[in-house]
Amino acid sequence: MNKEFVKFDKVDKSYDGKTLVVKDLQLDIEEGEFVTMLGPSGSGKTTCLMMLAGFETPTHGEIYLNGKAISSIPPHKRGIGMVFQNYALFPHMTVYENLAFPLRVRKIPKDEADKKIDKALSMVSLQGFADRMPGQLSGGQQQRVAVARSLVFDPQLVLMDEPLGALDKNLRESMQYEIKHIHESIGVTVVYVTHDQSEALTMSNRIAVFNDGKVQQLSSPDELYEKPVNSFVAEFIGENNTFAGEVSDISGGKCKVKIANAEILANPISVKGKGEKTKISLRPERALINPSDKMDNIHSGKIEEVIYHGDHTRVRINLLGNNQFILKVPNSSANMDIKLGKDIKIGWNSDDARALDPK
Amino acid sequence: MSSETKQILTTDGIPLEVSLKKAERRNKIKAFLLVAPLLFFLIITYVFPIGDMLMRSVDDKMVTEMLPKTFKAMETWDGKELPEEEVFEAFYLDFRKLVDEKREGKLSTQLNYTKNGFKSIIKKLRRKSKSFEEGNYKEQIMAVHKRWADVEYWKAIKRRAPAFTGQKYLKGMDMYKNENGDIVSVEEDRRIHRILWLRTLEIAFFVTLFCFLMAYPIAHLLATLPMKYSNLLMICVLLPFWTSLLVRTASWMILLQQQGVVNDFFVGIGLVADDARPEMMYNKTGTYVAMTQILLPFMVLPLYSVMKTISPSLMRAGKSLGGTPIVAFWKVYFPLTIPGIGAGCLLCFILAIGYYITPALVGGASGTLISNQIAFHMKSTLDWSFASAMGLMLLSGVLVIYWIYNKIVGIDNIKLG
Repeated sequence: MNKEFVKFDKVDKSYDGKTLVVKDLQLDIEEGEFVTMLGPSGSGKTTCLMMLAGFETPTHGEIYLNGKAISSIPPHKRGIGMVFQNYALFPHMTVYENLAFPLRVRKIPKDEADKKIDKALSMVSLQGFADRMPGQLSGGQQQRVAVARSLVFDPQLVLMDEPLGALDKNLRESMQYEIKHIHESIGVTVVYVTHDQSEALTMSNRIAVFNDGKVQQLSSPDELYEKPVNSFVAEFIGENNTFAGEVSDISGGKCKVKIANAEILANPISVKGKGEKTKISLRPERALINPSDKMDNIHSGKIEEVIYHGDHTRVRINLLGNNQFILKVPNSSANMDIKLGKDIKIGWNSDDARALDPK
Repeated sequence: MSSETKQILTTDGIPLEVSLKKAERRNKIKAFLLVAPLLFFLIITYVFPIGDMLMRSVDDKMVTEMLPKTFKAMETWDGKELPEEEVFEAFYLDFRKLVDEKREGKLSTQLNYTKNGFKSIIKKLRRKSKSFEEGNYKEQIMAVHKRWADVEYWKAIKRRAPAFTGQKYLKGMDMYKNENGDIVSVEEDRRIHRILWLRTLEIAFFVTLFCFLMAYPIAHLLATLPMKYSNLLMICVLLPFWTSLLVRTASWMILLQQQGVVNDFFVGIGLVADDARPEMMYNKTGTYVAMTQILLPFMVLPLYSVMKTISPSLMRAGKSLGGTPIVAFWKVYFPLTIPGIGAGCLLCFILAIGYYITPALVGGASGTLISNQIAFHMKSTLDWSFASAMGLMLLSGVLVIYWIYNKIVGIDNIKLG
């Protein structure tokens, strides 16, 4: 497999000549991979997608597709499938005509085109909908037509720009699996843009977290969640408890961080020496109540808020001067004594407390 | 099962339908009262005048009322030979009455429209009829002038018997009903109305076309430019609306006349010789230029309102699916603008077909339209029934265009803004 199927090489993009929307972007995407560009709005992720599709030109740098520089190739010659945010189905054409459009401009004979259209429609389980107009379809069905249309001409690369943004929650989840399965079954390379982290975590092989025009971290979903490399990623992906402090000691793969009135043992990720400012990130599910003695961080705090969530209870605790410390406690009979105002002991392993940049 | 047994009742036992109507009656009355002023206004200023115009254009009661006995007596006349004595007697009685009321002059004018030569013989009849003896009126009238013994003149009178006539419409098409009741065209050198109708259609068509060709890119720009530029452009488009029509037309006169700005410029850059300045005014060119400029906003605005709703991602989708920009435009963008094109063209065409002031000022002899002819008959010849007839022909022409448009594109597929 081609490791550099899509390659952004030192790409800059500016719209107004004053600020850079994308800064020195370096990104390789493997053939057959499902890569998600995830980030808050204005982080430059959609701009990257548009540059890849050919609707924006890089201000500096070059984009390669399968080894070929594509900056000077117009969009219609790139052969990249694209699914747009609001589907962008042609409203005056039937579903069949929508799917036939890319085949017709490629002058594919009708019988062959019909076969491809049938195949694409059955892939998104919309057989029998060929003669409908897009306006007669539900949002989810329109979305499937858009996906089918982007795949019907067998592109090597498909771009998806927040395709599920307009769907309701349940439909969105089922479409996530559906798109994931389609990707797995035909092995096409997909670049997906979203601001919804759960969508990104569910679907992707790798996720590129964008912020401020830069890729903050590019890694698999589990690594992104478990091992964020900086505090932006840690806070953007999933829930996160933080403690701001100063490194007081660092030795043997562990560091001591001094916060308001206590010391926390943490895993030094982006701190190198004593006296550095840092922010400790700890996932709520890694902190436990009633900790065993083996844990190297054990502190006690006061319960400030208890919110019942069905399968688990969210508990907000005032811990070491941080009154936003969140704990997720599974609903089991052992944890029935969580009451507002009670003092409680919390513990975690120093490996899970990652000392990151102070930001 | 009858419908009564199926009826749903409210808890009070009143049928649901009745109860619903009762509940909604108040709102319906309120809604009607709100639109009532406009409805009233429309009936007075629109429905009534058009109805009046329709009546006027076919009204031919004048002669019918002046010669009631004659037309009654003529009912049994076959119109081949000279009529019998009773017709002459009835005509004499009618005529005496008119002479007493001093209305015979109007009769002579009206009959002269139908056939030339009535004026003098009616004058003569008035003089001689004073000394008519009772009985045998046929002989006496025929003795007044030899034309009274000509059956063609009696036929001409009979043609005026119906209270309604379509002859004004025929005249509008340069046709008339001849002595035998056949509809024929007037001689070729007297056909002015057909030329005007054709010219009106031609000018309206080309003005619409020019407007479309110019407005489409403007509307596209308006719909796609960033807000701050598109607002400025919108002001430029709307600027003509804020200027008086007369001022705009007058400016075109200043620009286009032979000693005008445009001609001076052409001479200045050496495009034309000073003694061979082209005539761009008081002919069709002037009408085309001025009308296109004046009607342009009516094309831009419907197009803009439609283009504004077309998501830019559709063109992008077309391109990303492999269509060249031209294919994407032609297959995706253009079909989506058809409702706007239809609305704009219909609006422009209908406005152009009835345009009056600009062609009157800059059109000269070869650039005037049918509306100028209507105005001419309203103001100069005072033949209001003819003006009404042409007005209605114009109206029905517009309705026909509307109908054709509905057949081809569908009227629901139109967007005026």
